[in-house]
Amino acid sequence: MSNAILMESGGSDIDFMIHGLFPVNFFGNEVWITTSHVCILIVMLLMLTLAVVGHFKMKRATEVPDGLQNLLELLVEKLDGIVYSTMGKIAAPKYANYILTIFVFIFFSNISGLFGLRPPTADYGTTLALGLITFSLIHIAQFKNLPLKQIWKDMCSPLPPWLPIWFPINLISEIAVPISLSLRLFANVLSGTVIMALVYGLLGKLALIWPAALHVYLDLFSGAIQTYVFCMLTMTYISQNYEME
Amino acid sequence: MNITGHDLIMACSAIGAGLAVIAGIGPGIGQGIAAGHGAAAVGRNPGAKGDIMSTMLLGQAVAETTGLYGLVIALLLLFVKPLG
Repeated sequence: MSNAILMESGGSDIDFMIHGLFPVNFFGNEVWITTSHVCILIVMLLMLTLAVVGHFKMKRATEVPDGLQNLLELLVEKLDGIVYSTMGKIAAPKYANYILTIFVFIFFSNISGLFGLRPPTADYGTTLALGLITFSLIHIAQFKNLPLKQIWKDMCSPLPPWLPIWFPINLISEIAVPISLSLRLFANVLSGTVIMALVYGLLGKLALIWPAALHVYLDLFSGAIQTYVFCMLTMTYISQNYEME
Repeated sequence: MNITGHDLIMACSAIGAGLAVIAGIGPGIGQGIAAGHGAAAVGRNPGAKGDIMSTMLLGQAVAETTGLYGLVIALLLLFVKPLG
């Protein structure tokens, strides 16, 4: 009986799945343009606008910063500080741009749930792509900086290099890096999306103002923490292949 | 009331989803231990509060991953329905 009351108050509009909008023909295959694509486009347009406006703002930069200039300087200085303290002086200048970009992208994506969008990071395609970019960067840095002998030695690590029994296990642990990185981000954002959809769908008219507190925790706090963690782990994994001084 | 094979699979999937989120116990204990040690460290050395905070949050977020794997399995069983 209580179940029936619960169902009546909210109806069956519990909705947190990805929706296909329209199909396109892609080399003979039917590919659906989904809500994730649209949300990524919106986030991208936001980032582009910020970049263009920020560019013109910084051209007319004043001695005493105001408004947007303040925000941009704060963002770049803080991020540079974190990257330099984590990666060391050699690797940091090469990766500071990339870290800032993924930081802003993941952060905007995570908090886009606040504005009624479905967060693009709650789609495994997006986060797997981010994880694979990190994975490629790690291994490009590895092959550029370490000699092949050293890499082989690391892959057979607890045993001597001429006895590669541990090689498959180390290989699996290398492959697990992008999977765990992407699943962590995906599952965190998805759990927030699911909880919010359940609250709005099941409680219906009862969910009036108080879900704002849930939004602050699940979208803002959790999203910011996961953004920080993703960038931090990316930096740590990449800087393992550089010599810290 | 007839229970078809499909119904049985759906019911067992729901039970399995419930069992899968028991994985949340482990990260709960781990995050509690990390937070406790973080609080103790801030008590000993209040000057290093910022560093301790960021290290603690990073460790907790990494420890959370195993619980989230359980959540992903539960959501897969409930909504993607790989078995039936």
